[in-house]
Amino acid sequence: MGDIALRVEDLSKQYRIGSSREAYKTLRDTFTDVVVSSFRRAGKLLHGRSGRAPELGETFWALKDVSFEIKRGEVVGIIGYNGAGKSTLLKILSRITEPTEGYADIYGRVGSLLEVGTGFHPELTGRENLYLNGAILGMKRVEITRKFDEIVAFAEIERFIDTPVKHYSSGMYMRLAFAVAAHLEPEILLVDEVLAVGDARFQKKCLNKMQDVGQQGRTVLFVSHNMPAITRLCERAILLEGGRVLQDGPSHQVVSTYLNSQVGTMAVREWTDPAQAPGGELARLRSVRVRTEAGQITDVVDIRRPIGIDMEYDVLKGGYVLLPYFHFYNEAGILAFEASDHDPTWRRRPRPAGRWVSTAWIPGNLLSEGTLLIWPCLFTLDPVTVEISVRDAVAFQVVDSMDGDSARGDWGGPITSVMRPLLKWTTQCSVDGDPAVATMNAKAKL
Amino acid sequence: MQTQGCTGPRHVMAAPVPMPAARLPVLRIAPSKGWVALKLRELWEYRELLYFLVWRDVKVRYKQTALGAAWAIIQPFFTMVVFSLFFGQLAKIPSDGVPYPIFSYAALVPWMFFAHGMSQATSKLVGSADLVKKVYFPRLAIPIAAVLSGIVDFALAFLVLLGMMLYYSVIPTFNALWLPLLLLLAFTTSLGVGLWLSAMNVQYHDVQYTVPFLTQFWLFATPIAYPSSLLPEPWHTLYGLNPMVGVVEGFRWALLGTDTAPGPVIAFSACIALALLISGGFYFRRMEKTFADVV
Repeated sequence: MGDIALRVEDLSKQYRIGSSREAYKTLRDTFTDVVVSSFRRAGKLLHGRSGRAPELGETFWALKDVSFEIKRGEVVGIIGYNGAGKSTLLKILSRITEPTEGYADIYGRVGSLLEVGTGFHPELTGRENLYLNGAILGMKRVEITRKFDEIVAFAEIERFIDTPVKHYSSGMYMRLAFAVAAHLEPEILLVDEVLAVGDARFQKKCLNKMQDVGQQGRTVLFVSHNMPAITRLCERAILLEGGRVLQDGPSHQVVSTYLNSQVGTMAVREWTDPAQAPGGELARLRSVRVRTEAGQITDVVDIRRPIGIDMEYDVLKGGYVLLPYFHFYNEAGILAFEASDHDPTWRRRPRPAGRWVSTAWIPGNLLSEGTLLIWPCLFTLDPVTVEISVRDAVAFQVVDSMDGDSARGDWGGPITSVMRPLLKWTTQCSVDGDPAVATMNAKAKL
Repeated sequence: MQTQGCTGPRHVMAAPVPMPAARLPVLRIAPSKGWVALKLRELWEYRELLYFLVWRDVKVRYKQTALGAAWAIIQPFFTMVVFSLFFGQLAKIPSDGVPYPIFSYAALVPWMFFAHGMSQATSKLVGSADLVKKVYFPRLAIPIAAVLSGIVDFALAFLVLLGMMLYYSVIPTFNALWLPLLLLLAFTTSLGVGLWLSAMNVQYHDVQYTVPFLTQFWLFATPIAYPSSLLPEPWHTLYGLNPMVGVVEGFRWALLGTDTAPGPVIAFSACIALALLISGGFYFRRMEKTFADVV
């Protein structure tokens, strides 16, 4: 009870339909509304119908009966499609807009970061904007002065601190803006999709800074569409859909629900009716599964762990050499790799009729983060025929928990390669061995 | 199992209740209904933001324009020149026994402060939409900062007034000590009207277009280009409804020594100004919850 940071009870927010905001009216609109509706009303009365004119504009609930509790020190991700109510939730919690119903209790000072660089003025210098933005985000002047050097160093703009920000590159601008925000020290931090900032190296720095925030026992609510970042930073996630809480739990589970509904990742696919199963007279596919070493079916896989892909099929006519085969595609539709059944026991040997299971094991530390779609096939070799072929039969999500022992190492930014094998590295230094370099170094020291 | 020296109920009361985060402030976010408190204490807590908003306004205004600080002087000065030509020279309007240029300029300085504050307060809230939609702070800070930032312009224009007094060899009276109070009255009126208009401007964006018209109308309803002594009695008393009359006449009285000492009417004006300010504040707070959704 004592360690609650945030309690939300049946929080709801209603908006007029048409846009997510109530449109402002002109005086003329109001005037016509009033005049027209009173005439209508009068007209209705004359025609013997009473009552009010129908309300202009329908309403919708951007948020409806949302309830949850967040403990002190928890880092919670809020995910959902556009329009699911994520931003509305953060806006209510940061007191920018009022709820229509329900309430939220907040224990502690709230800092919200719905945008970086709010209130920045292009004519003012970096130094001036730093103070202004700090004050807008709720920092005290002494606090800003105390952290000034740290913020400037974090933003890496020491040389340009007295230049008007209109002369900054967009990268510098965003770095300064985020640096101020990253140095906020509230007990509860609300962050809306601001990590899409700056270059990859700076993103990593921001991610690290945010992780620090979590480790200092600060409570963070973090809205993002960046699922790898959510699983990396948050232990818990809340999935919103249509203004309601769809799921609330460990982030990898919630992220997988979200991704399932989005790209249809399915860890298992079964065909219960043999007559409907893919295949022909020779063989029929019965199921495809993604599983861990322990045999647990899963669609979210730790990047470091091996993954088994089962292909279960009935061989209806024995006596053929069969070749189970997998294609692996990533989200971008790039064929990452292909693999064929290599088991020496059945290689180049005709297989008798029966229920077969072929499993391909993908070693840990080979794939990149993201979704992998599997296209299983079954070929005969002589002659080559395609007996079974099911595009995107199953899919799974590879996540990196960011513990530092994957091939990612200490790099927090995006890695766009299709594969990410953990290679063996050796690094040597031979500067002292080379007399020419040694003299150069000695001169440089002087 | 009775604890020594403790009766039952008292014991219960004294038991350590697990207070949820006793040290931390608890904030309840819930829908508000109707009229809400002004929350002046919170506004005070945000005084540094207020300071930075004023500071930004001033800094940006002087950085962005080619003439910079000169604008603060040019506007009242040239208005004075125009007034002197048409009202002073051509229309031969009396000026309470002081040279017409300084007569009108001494009135224009507080007037410009008032008018500028009113129009800035009205438009600033909508102009700060990005701020209002992204950050929480007491929204009252925006119109207050808008009016306060006019102080710098006022100070510059006032320096010119002192220069003109030197030129015309006008010696200020001890009544000049009342100037801060007169300025406060101008500030109160400006902010009071500004609060009403800025909150309305969020709902109806055309309110800001009515401000120049309102300003012009108000300018002629205030004895700036002419002395109030021109008016017959019943109108003269009605003048008390307009707090700027007291301000303008007070300025002339305090600096130029004219015979326009603020009488008991100014107390009435001050009440009007205060009523405008308080009602404006409450109206603003009432509308405030819709700002982020509408602006």
